[in-house]
Amino acid sequence: MTSDPEFSRKQLLVGLAGQQNAGKSTTFNMLTGANQHIANYPGVTVDKKSGTYRYKDVRVETVDLPGTYSLTSFSLEERVTRDFLITEKPDVIVNVVDASSLKRSLYFTFQVLEMGFPVVVSLNMMDVAKRNGTHVDISRLEHRLGVNVIPTVGRKGRGKTELRDAILDTAKRSEHNALCITYEELEPDVAALQAMLEDTDLVESYPVRWLAVKLIEGDSEAERIVRSKLGEGCDVLAKAKQIHIRFAENHYMDVADFMVGCRDRLATDIVETCVTEEKDGRDRITEMIDKVVLNRWAAPVFLIATVFVIYQLSIVKGYELTNYWWPYLAKLRGFVAGILPDAGLLIDPYIRSMGLWMMDSANALLNYIPIFLILFSLIAILEDSGYMARIAFILDKLFHSFGLHGQSTLPYILGGVFAGGCAVPGVMSTKGIPDEQSRMATILTVPYMNCLAKIPFYTLLINVFFAPYKSWAMLFLSTITIFVALLVARLLTATVLKSLETAPFVMELPKYHPPTIFGVGQRAIERTWQYIKKVGTIVVAVSVCVFTLLQFPGVPEEKMTDFQSQMDKAVATFQKKIQKSIYADQFQDQASLVSLINLYNDFKNERMTIKGKDASLALAERYRQNHPDLFKFIKPGKDKDAKIINKAARKLVSKRKTLRRQMKEVQISTSFLGMVGRSLEPVTQWAGFNWKINVAILSSFAARESSVATIGVLYQQGADESKSLEERMGAEASQGGFTPLHALAIMVFFALYPPCLATTIMIKVQTGSYKWMLFSIIFPTTLGFIVASLIYTGGSALNLTGIQMMGVFYCSVVVLAIVTGLFKSWKRKPGPLADLRQEMAPD
Amino acid sequence: MSRHRMRRRQGKNCCMLRDVKQGRRAKILCHHAKGAVRQRLLDLGFVPQTEIQVLRRAPLGDPIECCVANYKVALRNSEADLIEVECEE
Repeated sequence: MTSDPEFSRKQLLVGLAGQQNAGKSTTFNMLTGANQHIANYPGVTVDKKSGTYRYKDVRVETVDLPGTYSLTSFSLEERVTRDFLITEKPDVIVNVVDASSLKRSLYFTFQVLEMGFPVVVSLNMMDVAKRNGTHVDISRLEHRLGVNVIPTVGRKGRGKTELRDAILDTAKRSEHNALCITYEELEPDVAALQAMLEDTDLVESYPVRWLAVKLIEGDSEAERIVRSKLGEGCDVLAKAKQIHIRFAENHYMDVADFMVGCRDRLATDIVETCVTEEKDGRDRITEMIDKVVLNRWAAPVFLIATVFVIYQLSIVKGYELTNYWWPYLAKLRGFVAGILPDAGLLIDPYIRSMGLWMMDSANALLNYIPIFLILFSLIAILEDSGYMARIAFILDKLFHSFGLHGQSTLPYILGGVFAGGCAVPGVMSTKGIPDEQSRMATILTVPYMNCLAKIPFYTLLINVFFAPYKSWAMLFLSTITIFVALLVARLLTATVLKSLETAPFVMELPKYHPPTIFGVGQRAIERTWQYIKKVGTIVVAVSVCVFTLLQFPGVPEEKMTDFQSQMDKAVATFQKKIQKSIYADQFQDQASLVSLINLYNDFKNERMTIKGKDASLALAERYRQNHPDLFKFIKPGKDKDAKIINKAARKLVSKRKTLRRQMKEVQISTSFLGMVGRSLEPVTQWAGFNWKINVAILSSFAARESSVATIGVLYQQGADESKSLEERMGAEASQGGFTPLHALAIMVFFALYPPCLATTIMIKVQTGSYKWMLFSIIFPTTLGFIVASLIYTGGSALNLTGIQMMGVFYCSVVVLAIVTGLFKSWKRKPGPLADLRQEMAPD
Repeated sequence: MSRHRMRRRQGKNCCMLRDVKQGRRAKILCHHAKGAVRQRLLDLGFVPQTEIQVLRRAPLGDPIECCVANYKVALRNSEADLIEVECEE
């Protein structure tokens, strides 16, 4: 290897290639830092991530190529990578290799070397390898491969400078003596074909040895290249075909198999000389654990126990934690309320009501953070320990009979199989599913899981309408969704997803190892952060839209004057009452009155967020100091004149509250969303939805949480007598003929209803198409409506009660799922086996 | 030469990977799969002439867990049906 003294390139193009999960993205981030941008490869929807950095006066453009197992032409990613290499001809290829599974990674390295590119091997995940007891002799590996090998830990940024140096060195070098992969007795044939190719035009644009090897292997892409340049039936193709046939005749073996064998032997040889495995007994331990955990009878027990523990720790204990967490959110809301302009007597400034509405929408979601932290930590423990792969192994048969994949387990658990989760991380985690058809089916069915936000709405309806059967109803909702999701997955894979690529289920079962606190914490925080980001961006943005739709066109004029006169009357009463008081003069103008009311409300709200006598005393003291002239009317103590004001003010506050509520109801029912809700009533009556439910459903598209809030506003008669929402809904329901059957239809609709906006956006990201995003909205709505109509109309026709209908519906879905799952062998029968025998062994 | 010579499929020990009993070892002879499936199996170490051991079946009978090239892989019956192996005595 000599250095070129004339090297004066100021710009380099580097391609980052490697297998999936080798840590390519982390290496890419390590190299380029924040300076990246994402585009599409021409004509396809595969992301092209590129970034630049400057190092030693050279501008290096780095392209992160799609992760592929090899460089054949079977999948889109492989073709994209290969086309990039052939057309762009990068100056250096950085091959990111997973040090903990070196042998399989070498197959890929060989292919890049065979294409004749200058290569730097970035031996990533050295920490994992070390933990596994794998030691790699770097200098020997460098020697064997004939290229620079740089040990890195991309996640922690280790090896960055060395890698950058190696890239420059490799680019400067004018001669390379990288490893040449030889094919034993096939070598003369390869050489002959190579010589033929060297006489053609192809030599200018393609590495000919690579082309020769690929032609003998029968690679369709290589054949296409030759055919397009040299024409059909050229000598080269004929020669390749001849080599292929002759080898099969002489060796009773497919030539491609033989070539794979050659590479495999070479890889084995290199691994044997460069890698030493410490026998730490983990093999034996893994086998021992697997014997128990994967035992035919014990496996389901362990699986159910695991899910139960997750449920107990994250949902049950997590909910308890939210009691400690909520006060902080309430304080935040109080803080925001303090910044915003003060409330008016009857009408608040828009900016205030909108700000608080946004805050409330965000808080409802942020409240779940403790649950998600626990849930995502537990899931990370399952993943890192190696048990998650076992779950996929155990459940694959079940999932597969519905067109899904063993690896659909993780997205489903994250989405909240029955424990409650969030579809956003669920949809994100489908990335690892290798089978395109199953992956799409998983993405489109994860939203059916019980996301945490659906649960308050369920609880509300169950408490009102199914109180005697509470636990049954909850069980119904948490399990029916799985059966429905499986059925939908089956339906989709048999219809719209039918044409998508499927891939064989071949999955590694890693050795068990104890998860590290760092690894688990990092992943849990990362996933929770995705969730928080969703709250911070999309949900808040959409809540503004919903707010606007609920706010305008506003309360009609005559109603408004009516409310105003009522308010004026209340103020007049207040003035009359306080005349005896010596402080009466202070409240002659409206502004001082409003500030008293606001102070009263602020104090009351803040006191709700704190606990304990000392804290409340401290709070009172703080208010006293900040508002020395007004606070005595809130806590009058022994001051008789202040007491009069206090009493009158409390009456006024309560009257104002009622008026504002009524106003809000009028506002919602006359709002745009209210109009849409009403106009949908003729259709939705088949499912038993009235306009209030329609509005709740429409507003829940922003985030499910808002449905309960909207219902809360709509069912507010009697709210002054401090009845709970449950009682209010129940009371109004019994007047309006609202039955448990209605409630059942609504709950089922809600379970099947489209994913919230944040999830649909994640679906867009994961599927790369707006078409599927639209599908994910329209299909579940239609399905949900049809099912809800069936339940309501069917149940009414048969004169069934809500709980009876629940049973009937549940049984029919379960039976349907079992029948679909058992019948029809899912996969096509494997192709005829006779072909190959005739080809290989002509007797 | 004989090293690569594939035994003709007439010995009674030749069968598909699917039919190999639990705990038994076998040697991969060839793939009946074509295209992407074959490539994926090769990428994952199911290379002809490699030794393979069937460790166990999942509780529902599918997939199969195998040990190949020193690591554990699960694959479905439908794929195991496409891998021809020779059982060890």
